Amino acid sequence: MRHLYDAGPGPGTLRPRSGAAVFVEGLSVVHGHGARAVAAIEDLTLEVEPGEFVCVIGASGCGKSTLLHVLAGLDPPTAGKVEVTGRHAALMFQEAALFPWLTAAGNVELALRLRGTDKAERHRRARELLHLVQLSGAEERRPHQLSGGMRQRVALARAFAQDADLLLMDEPFGALDAMTRDALHQELELLWGAGDFSVVFVTHNVREAVRLGDRVVLLTSRPGRVSKVFEVTIERPRRHNTAEVGELAREITDTLLEEVRSHGRRR
Amino acid sequence: MVVDADVQARIAGLDALALADTNRPSRRRDLWRALWPKVVAIALVLAIWQIAVWSHHWRSYVLYGPGPTLSYLKHLVVTGAFWSSLGVTARRALEGFVLAIVIGSVVGIATARSWVVRSAISSLLTGLQSMPTIVWPLFGAMLLGLSNGAILLVVVLGTSPFVARAIVSGLDQVQPILIRAGRTLGARRLTLIRHVILPAAFPSIVTALQQGWAFTWRTLMTAEVLIPVAGKLGIGTRLDNAYSQQFFQVMMAYMIVILVVGIVVDSLFARADRVVRERWGLMAGPGGRT
Repeated sequence: MRHLYDAGPGPGTLRPRSGAAVFVEGLSVVHGHGARAVAAIEDLTLEVEPGEFVCVIGASGCGKSTLLHVLAGLDPPTAGKVEVTGRHAALMFQEAALFPWLTAAGNVELALRLRGTDKAERHRRARELLHLVQLSGAEERRPHQLSGGMRQRVALARAFAQDADLLLMDEPFGALDAMTRDALHQELELLWGAGDFSVVFVTHNVREAVRLGDRVVLLTSRPGRVSKVFEVTIERPRRHNTAEVGELAREITDTLLEEVRSHGRRR
Repeated sequence: MVVDADVQARIAGLDALALADTNRPSRRRDLWRALWPKVVAIALVLAIWQIAVWSHHWRSYVLYGPGPTLSYLKHLVVTGAFWSSLGVTARRALEGFVLAIVIGSVVGIATARSWVVRSAISSLLTGLQSMPTIVWPLFGAMLLGLSNGAILLVVVLGTSPFVARAIVSGLDQVQPILIRAGRTLGARRLTLIRHVILPAAFPSIVTALQQGWAFTWRTLMTAEVLIPVAGKLGIGTRLDNAYSQQFFQVMMAYMIVILVVGIVVDSLFARADRVVRERWGLMAGPGGRT
């Protein structure tokens, strides 16, 4: 168990299923203090099975990023229970957030170094991971000499370098063009299918969520809590432009729009 | 290893398209483009100088022309006295500069990382920075007399506030996302400073050094004019001596030396600055993307 929070007097009706990768119960996160306090997440409950691919979707202000930061251990929860089991959780951002002074290989090696890997092993493993994300030959390039899609793949290799069995992805392909995004969806699906890790993938793109996830978790906005969960049973490998994906995406979009409209009525 | 020929081919194709490099202009043309404006500028200065001499507004023993001055300079640079003076000055510049960098960095990092230090000394730094250069030699001589130590003190006082401020702004400008990325990779406090914050701020630190050098050179020359140290005549002291003895040809020669040293060292820093910025991906240009 990597980190465990039990910050509040939760009812404790749910017990973590043995071996759940992520177990969140009654999570609340409040930003700021006193009169200025804003509840980003309120009473959110979520469970992720080991090896499961969960997409989290919602309009702006649903606390998607906050949820990932809490799971990554960057932000503390205000109340509720958060359990992240397994070895390590790696976080990926919308920007690759690579270190510009290091080469592609250097970026991956730093992740290994901070985990205490020795030098020869770092060198070997970094090249292996870059090969995995199809970047053999680009090891010595610096981030600014790579395309946006390549940078995200270096970030993916860096995430794998942390020996993570939970991958937290915060709109990782949001800034890429459609063609590159589609190729990376395929690659991520393959890597995930072959690997042994679970994914919590935050996005505002409904089709992307349906294309990738085993489940799509729809969050409400201001504050964020689980509104509805959709099981995606479409067979893999999937394509983003098939009728099945489109149909489920439409259904989720309708629910999402209803949620957005309800905010307009509240005023 | 994941094998899927279709995905591999698509990604390889997208990568190849994205990395199509633009042609680089030749090195020789780069050099020529960098050089000719400088040659023209020097020629222009020499021309104005010669015209001023020809105007006979100044007596010939006051304002020497470029020809006689440069030929005196040619004799000067082969004398031992000249090189020992240059050595004295270079040593002071180096010692003062390094000391100012060390003090400036420590103060700068403390200011950037702690709000207590920041609110306490940030306006003091601004004040010190706006102090006219001429004031420091008088202060140094008051405290330490006409000594080498006084000169070093002056250089450090003149340079370090500037370096400190530049380092503060360099550290302030480190992108928060890089710090967050470093933290998710497991970097904490010292490892974060070492592996993320300092390398991220490095380009601004190099710029700070370049500007710090200009301050060092300026304050050092002022100090050497105002604080002559017996037995240790620096370039600035020689300049002042030539002036008081009305050897204006000698004075002009030393002025050229001071100018050239300043420019040469500055261009070294500018070069380092360019190399660092290119590596960090901060320059638009061939192969660079933002």
